[in-house]
Amino acid sequence: MSDYYQQLADRVQQRFGTQITATHVAFSELTVELPREQLLDVCSALRDEDDFAFEQLIDLCGVDYLEYGNGRWQGARFAVVYHLLSIKHNHRIRLRTFAEEALPVVDSVITLWNSADWYEREAFDLFGIVFDGHPDLRRILTDYGFIGHPFRKDFPLSGNVEMIYDEEQKRVVYRPVTVEPRTLVPRVIRDDHRYQHAAIEGGE
Amino acid sequence: MSEIRNYTLNFGPQHPAAHGVLRLVLEMDGEIIERADPHIGLLHRATEKLAESKHYIQSLPYMDRLDYVSMMCNEHAYVMTIEKMLGLQVPVRAQYIRVMFDEITRVLNHLMWLGAHALDVGAMTVFLYAFREREDLMDCYEAVSGARLHAAYYRPGGVYRDLPAQMPKFKGASKWHDESEIAALNENRQGSLLDFIEDFTNRFPGYIDEYETLLTDNRIWKQRLVNIGIMSPERALQMGLTGPMLRGSGIAWDLRKKQPYAVYDQLDFDIPIGTNGDSYDRYLVRIEELRQSNRLIRQCVDWLRQNPGPVIAADHKVTPPPRTEMKEGMESLIHHFKLASEGFSLPAGEAYAAVEHPKGEFGIYMVSDGANKPYRMKIRAPGFAHLASLNEMVRGHMLADVVAVIGTQDIVFGEIDR
Repeated sequence: MSDYYQQLADRVQQRFGTQITATHVAFSELTVELPREQLLDVCSALRDEDDFAFEQLIDLCGVDYLEYGNGRWQGARFAVVYHLLSIKHNHRIRLRTFAEEALPVVDSVITLWNSADWYEREAFDLFGIVFDGHPDLRRILTDYGFIGHPFRKDFPLSGNVEMIYDEEQKRVVYRPVTVEPRTLVPRVIRDDHRYQHAAIEGGE
Repeated sequence: MSEIRNYTLNFGPQHPAAHGVLRLVLEMDGEIIERADPHIGLLHRATEKLAESKHYIQSLPYMDRLDYVSMMCNEHAYVMTIEKMLGLQVPVRAQYIRVMFDEITRVLNHLMWLGAHALDVGAMTVFLYAFREREDLMDCYEAVSGARLHAAYYRPGGVYRDLPAQMPKFKGASKWHDESEIAALNENRQGSLLDFIEDFTNRFPGYIDEYETLLTDNRIWKQRLVNIGIMSPERALQMGLTGPMLRGSGIAWDLRKKQPYAVYDQLDFDIPIGTNGDSYDRYLVRIEELRQSNRLIRQCVDWLRQNPGPVIAADHKVTPPPRTEMKEGMESLIHHFKLASEGFSLPAGEAYAAVEHPKGEFGIYMVSDGANKPYRMKIRAPGFAHLASLNEMVRGHMLADVVAVIGTQDIVFGEIDR
């Protein structure tokens, strides 16, 4: 299976050349990184060309690399990750494109795959990534009138506000959160020799 | 002539046919739907964010709470992702146990769907019948994991423990049940769990016939489902539909066949597909899936009877050592302590693993930076894409058909809102 994806990686590399920046094959999965200017061109080719035929956008999600590897991350802070599936050829591909912190904007793929609608709204809601060309970019998962983008790494786990019933005003109001943040299991990165090989293979 | 206006109708979030906390804003022309705008997120618990602050084993029980009517299938996707990144080999017996419980879960899910769908459309009886069988299957859950719903039974590397040799029995007569009634309840619980499941697989095809007698040729049922919510194969692919929703539109796509995981490639089963892509076809597809699941469960039971063996990998960097060893061996004690306090780390990188969940493709995308907690975990829930297509499926239908379409989509908010 890994061989197949290596070949697919070669085919993608041949077809798109400088339009993409990198291909990795790890865990029998192909990841393609590309600059966001090329996103729509590459995606429409991947969907329409018979050699690839990715008819389905299975998943789309944002990633915030702010604290990746405890600050080892170089490069743009946000990424949008697309998981495509071809029913015809029974293969998958993962695309990743990066967006800068100041104003993360990525072209919307909603015209190519309609299922991107809610996925892009979700990535906008949770990460604040703006999808250029999306007709209805509203929040989807968080509350009406929510402030902030909760899945960003600098958003606290316990949130910023909490909801209580106010006796005097006879209604539900927001107030600053009173939960004290705590860490039960510290986050550690160990240099485990067993994973050295896998990490090299993963191209990280 | 009187003035004609469009109405905006608020459906839910507390409506018995909304399957939880769906708020639908419907724009209607008379009784015809012009636009449906589902408002979701009322059950959002930020599972993915919570998982980032917990080590890998601690997040496993969250998986049960995603799609809370197909618990073990969610766990399966999660442990598969971890196993993929670790390169961990799962013992064959554990894989058969997983497949057996995946299929039991599929039956549980489809029974829940069948009962709720029929109830929405107006057939009360099926719900009661379906819950009768769910009770037996939840007893199987309880026998292996101690919990009827939120099992937390799968582990990276296998399953928590082997199948019990003795099926738990009902105990003690009360003023509601005398001795003879208790004895009758315990009749098929005399042997092991496998005996009980085998007895169930013998009975179950008869039960499916009962449901079909009530529904398949029922005139009202057909009037409510035939030609409702038609999805063409092209649109189904565009909208990212998976599972029975895609198969109902005539596309033979099932991850169990096409990208086999666990031991599905060694088992014999068929993939039913529909032709018209309407709600009735999806009903028929799911009914046939119940029969196929029954076949699969039966094959697993036969295999599990003949092949004892370990049910969890012996790599104690990832799986806890047996308790007896822990009491005598220093190394085992250290392993257990490290696993319980710090957990294990995944190699840096990313992976996506998906299972054929009863509702469609349920996948976990995991990004790890080498720490003992996920850096980012994305849950690909099938219902999310399905509900996104609701607007398209109900447009032009009547208000009452919205309820039928929600039913046919098999909506569960635990996975959509996450």
